[in-house]
Amino acid sequence: MRTRRRYRAIATMFAWAASLTIAFPLLWTLLTSFKTELEAVSFPPRFLSFDWTLANYRGILAEGDYLHSLINSVIVAGGSSALVLALAIPAAWSMAFAPTRRTRGILLWMLSTKMLPPVGVFIPIFLFYRDWGLLDSRTGLVLLLAAANLPIAAWMLFSNFRDVPGEILEAARMDGASLWQELVSVLAPLALPGIASTFFLVFTLAWNESFWTLNLVTTEATPLTAFIAAFSSPQGLFWARLSAASILSIVPVLLIGWLCQRQLVRGLTFGAVK
Amino acid sequence: MSGIVLEGVTKRFGDHLVTDGIDLVIPDGAFTVFVGPSGCGKTTLLRLIAGLEDIDSGRLLIDGVDAAQTSPAARGLAMVFQSYALYPHMTVRANLGFALKVARRPRAEIAERTEQVAEMLNLTPFLDRRPGALSGGQRQRVAIGRALVREPKAFLFDEPLSNLDAELRAQMRIEIRRLQQQLGITAIYVTHDQAEAMTMADRIVVFRDGRVEQAGSPSEIYRNPASRFVAGFIGSPRMNFLGGAIAAKHGAVTIGVRPEHLAIDPAGTISAAVQAIEYLGSDSFVHLGAQSGETLIARGVPDLDFRPGDTVQLRIAPGAVHRFDADDRAMPAPAPAPGANIFEETV
Repeated sequence: MRTRRRYRAIATMFAWAASLTIAFPLLWTLLTSFKTELEAVSFPPRFLSFDWTLANYRGILAEGDYLHSLINSVIVAGGSSALVLALAIPAAWSMAFAPTRRTRGILLWMLSTKMLPPVGVFIPIFLFYRDWGLLDSRTGLVLLLAAANLPIAAWMLFSNFRDVPGEILEAARMDGASLWQELVSVLAPLALPGIASTFFLVFTLAWNESFWTLNLVTTEATPLTAFIAAFSSPQGLFWARLSAASILSIVPVLLIGWLCQRQLVRGLTFGAVK
Repeated sequence: MSGIVLEGVTKRFGDHLVTDGIDLVIPDGAFTVFVGPSGCGKTTLLRLIAGLEDIDSGRLLIDGVDAAQTSPAARGLAMVFQSYALYPHMTVRANLGFALKVARRPRAEIAERTEQVAEMLNLTPFLDRRPGALSGGQRQRVAIGRALVREPKAFLFDEPLSNLDAELRAQMRIEIRRLQQQLGITAIYVTHDQAEAMTMADRIVVFRDGRVEQAGSPSEIYRNPASRFVAGFIGSPRMNFLGGAIAAKHGAVTIGVRPEHLAIDPAGTISAAVQAIEYLGSDSFVHLGAQSGETLIARGVPDLDFRPGDTVQLRIAPGAVHRFDADDRAMPAPAPAPGANIFEETV
């Protein structure tokens, strides 16, 4: 009994240590965002005893670029994630419930596209985008990020759908449900936690994507990643403002994560089978 | 003609022939049970009838109309799945009404039908619960109710009771049978449990390796099994089989005798050693090892004063021998020669 309690204490300590290590950069960014530029680079660094200021936030919001980039980020991440789900749900449905001899091969082939470093296809995509007029456009980013995240979403949804008993869908078919009704009234509610976590993942990936967003857009379609990068400018590095900009870019994702959390953690109380 | 007719229905999964040219007539209004060991193709055949699998070749007639290409819902059949397959995110009311809602029936009609069916199955107090909050038996009744609401041409049951405990299973057997008789709807019921088949069926179809081994009423199949396989599969405890000299005396390769036709009688001519006695109260089953090596079971009166190891004499009841040829097919009963007593022999 006593040794068990000791193990638990040690495990708890490890968990705290790990979480603090993971969260430290974020906490430090948060603290730095409230410092002046001078204090941000002072050595030894000050932990809490500095002159707290909101000047960085005020400055960033006053410039107006933030709102522009925020809207772009929401459109690009939201649009590409919606497109991904629209394509991945039917794809995962067919692979999970009507598998053929080639389903495994298709799944592996889809994943293999993620093994190629994006820079490997940069030149052809850049040239295509130039010719099609998609450079510096939100449409271009939506299409590209959707294509980039589609394999992961299809995989996640596939494994999620496989946990839904096929007999429930067959029952719906016997009840006269059309394919659309089967997907919307039966499969989607049952797979909601999986669909929500897939959405959240591809949304975050698109939100944080910085290779394509830095290389394919310049002014019109700049999302928050490009906005943050702009603070590392030829005039110098503004640590405090950079931190404030980072915090402002994280907040919307945190908000969505918080809104999705019920779906993310909830396992549907089954009772359909057995 | 009405009812369900199958003509040469064949289905393959890859190279595996699951049903092999099945010809079968499911009589209208009758309770037909498909029975057989697992992997014999009975569930696949039910799914072919339901439309959940496509028929490779052959015809399926429902009420005289070829339905092989018809969608599952348009066939007008309702299925009760082994796993119940209720919609876990919907209340019992929504589960029952789903088919009507999908068919865009008026809301008042959906409510009326749902409540009517719930009443019939004693589900009214649970209408607003979800399946997760119901017991196994209640879920089973919801699954049946969902089939009832559609007023189908036929019920298809796929081993619906296999997840219930023995007591509930016995109770549900009677309930399903009563409901089917009350409504007079054709039913096809798949099970691997021969006792379920015997107690519920108007007509039993015994399957083996994707073929129909025998079809008939329970008593026909019990009394006149068409093959050694059917003889061994139907009836519990299973039929005793004897080969060698005693079978040869009957002009057969193998003979079969049901446990109730094997009597322990000092005047009997088959010697066997008692191995174990199963005491069931109303009667008891004596497991015996014959001198020729076969294991036999005899049904006896409850209070037998034998012990394992005792040697007893067995007598076969007159006229109770089933004869099988080299292909394990049943042979017609012989006309006994005048004066001869073919039931008196030694092993």
